Amino acid sequence: MSNELKVRTMAELAAEGKEPEILFWVGCAGSFDDRAKKITRAFVKLLNKAEVDFAVLGTEESCTGDPAKRAGNEFLFQMQAMTNIEVMNGYNVKKIVTTCPHCYNTFKNEYPDLGGKYQVFHHTELLRSLLEEGKLKVEGGKYDGVDITYHDPCYLGRGNGQYEAPREVLRQLEIDIKEMKHHKENSVCCGAGGAQMFKEAEPQKEEIFVFRTREALETQPKVIATACAFCNTMITDGVKFFNKEQEVKVLDIAELLEEGTK
Amino acid sequence: MQYIDNIIFVILLGIGIGYFTYNIKKAIRNVKLGKPSNRNDRKDERWKNMLLKAFGQQKMFKRPIPALLHLVVYLGFIIINIEVIEIIIDGIFGTHRVLHPLGKFYNFLIGAFEFLAALVIVAVVIFWIRRNVLKLLRFQNPEMKGWPKKDANIILYFEMVLMSAFLIMNAADYKLQLLKYGHYYFKEGIVGGFPISSYLISFLPDNVQSLVMIERGAWWFHIIGILIFLNYLYFSKHLHILLAFPNTYYAKLPPLGKIDNLESVKKEVQLMMDPNADPYAAPPEDAGEPERFGAKDIFDLEWVYLLNAYTCTECGRCTDVCPANQTGKKLSPRKIMMDVRDRMEEVGKNIDKNGKFVDDGKSLLDYISKEELWACTTCNACVEECPVENDPMDVIIQVRRYLVMEESAAPSELNMMFTNIENNGAPWQYSQMDRLNWKDE
Ligand code: SF4
Ligand code: SF4
Repeated sequence: MSNELKVRTMAELAAEGKEPEILFWVGCAGSFDDRAKKITRAFVKLLNKAEVDFAVLGTEESCTGDPAKRAGNEFLFQMQAMTNIEVMNGYNVKKIVTTCPHCYNTFKNEYPDLGGKYQVFHHTELLRSLLEEGKLKVEGGKYDGVDITYHDPCYLGRGNGQYEAPREVLRQLEIDIKEMKHHKENSVCCGAGGAQMFKEAEPQKEEIFVFRTREALETQPKVIATACAFCNTMITDGVKFFNKEQEVKVLDIAELLEEGTK
Repeated sequence: MQYIDNIIFVILLGIGIGYFTYNIKKAIRNVKLGKPSNRNDRKDERWKNMLLKAFGQQKMFKRPIPALLHLVVYLGFIIINIEVIEIIIDGIFGTHRVLHPLGKFYNFLIGAFEFLAALVIVAVVIFWIRRNVLKLLRFQNPEMKGWPKKDANIILYFEMVLMSAFLIMNAADYKLQLLKYGHYYFKEGIVGGFPISSYLISFLPDNVQSLVMIERGAWWFHIIGILIFLNYLYFSKHLHILLAFPNTYYAKLPPLGKIDNLESVKKEVQLMMDPNADPYAAPPEDAGEPERFGAKDIFDLEWVYLLNAYTCTECGRCTDVCPANQTGKKLSPRKIMMDVRDRMEEVGKNIDKNGKFVDDGKSLLDYISKEELWACTTCNACVEECPVENDPMDVIIQVRRYLVMEESAAPSELNMMFTNIENNGAPWQYSQMDRLNWKDE
């Protein structure tokens, strides 16, 4: 059944003279990382269930440039941005949805000034609307008795003030979130941002993901919910560090919802 | 000779205000060493931000206990300084309690000031204990050794002494009124309210000469103390009392995730992407020196960040929430702000001495190490937390830009990431042709 994904590319649609309503930007992690690919697939299943008219760029997609920008390589960032904007404007893209808060932030805040003006959604925002519009229907009681905490990604939360969309999706799933001591604007980074994902840490007492996961585990959860593939990787590593991978799962909101909808 | 007091007073007042103005002008000159900053948009939001964050101290209330104490000191200080108006008039014209015809209202005011003064003393003592006895973690970082630590304590002592002088002055005055001595006696009866200082009179001598000495002594002490305080600001983290207002006005407004696109890079990239541009064309004659990418020194930072540095209260809230610092790394966003200020003052002294800046072979990079710079996750926790809305994160990114684009000095793993993005459009070594493989897995 996992082979039943309906995914078209922008190029295919363009050849038929069609334009989708929205572009799903998969992002580098979502395309290549084994764990993140599962999140991508879960999200696409939801889009299929809700019959959203979407397409992906496929091999025409490229890094948004976010890690380069945050690491100080503004040059590379702008080259990437200009190339991506050319591609997207070529397809007359109006709306973008992405599962990556970094891509989301970059499109939303940094592309407009370079000529890329789109309406940008994080997948949790789109999923919230699909639930509100009744296009996705929750199967009740799916998470009864499952304690779940939620980790705010920096670039969705503090970076863009979006604390509610992911929480609303969880509430729709009848989940009573067990909040960590630091959450919403006081949330603590998972340690991946600012290009840290791609290098070893500086001399330190402990890894940031260990620090953050400790707090998550203090809520005694069965599931730690995330909304970013990078956070997912980091916190999964944290759970392994504490030898809890048998008891605690790290799941994206899209995966939780996919399991919990009819 | 009867005007000697008035003359001394006016001279002191002149020196106090004059030297203060001189230093403030210097601070403004130093801030202007930065590059132009375009923060004149969204004016309504900016005013609102200033009102909430500077005047209302909104962000302080994330931590209620210090917020409350700070509010007491802040309000106490501002309100009690209304009393300074009377002191100045009395000082210049040799009057005594010139505002007393306000009658009941005057009594109420003086009484309220006394309550506030007592509260300020209590708050300041608690602050002192937090710093020196309880040793709150965020006051113990390496950058808080030496002067910054002394600075914080000096101000606390200052406030204690000033408030005590005010109360002692009132106590002596009250006792002299009770004794109906000289011009201290008003035919209306007791002038002023003394809810606190009335408890102090039993500790004072009964001899009127000594009482007058104490009253005059405390009076002079109080006003001179205020003038010294005013002039101390420029050398201290307490500049925030004034600068918090412009700083919150010009602060970074949401979304915090947004980092400006560098204009100088934009031009180059547009040229490179333009198929009609001649890549070998000589730059136009009037192009002048090419602009530096990123920030090596304070001159390369927009002036807003220099204002940030002067406004920094060294409270360490940013460092307290910084994930890098909390996990034992060297990076401390407070230190980044303090480094910018230290370097700016070094440059300022250089200009004072030479008339203009003479290259001293130093830069911000002599203050901030690469180890600190590369540890930042750009999580914005520091920016979110800062009570005066400073932006240490952006300073870090701007210096990173310099390291990467001017010196090619990124850590090798990051260079690898750059190469991957350039060649395969992803930070890892995967082929762009495999981007859709997830569909069929
Ligand atoms: S943005 Fe950087 S300096 Fe600021 S809190 Fe996060 S890691 Fe620390
Ligand atoms: S930058 Fe802000 S939070 Fe950090 S020490 Fe200075 S005033 Fe405090």
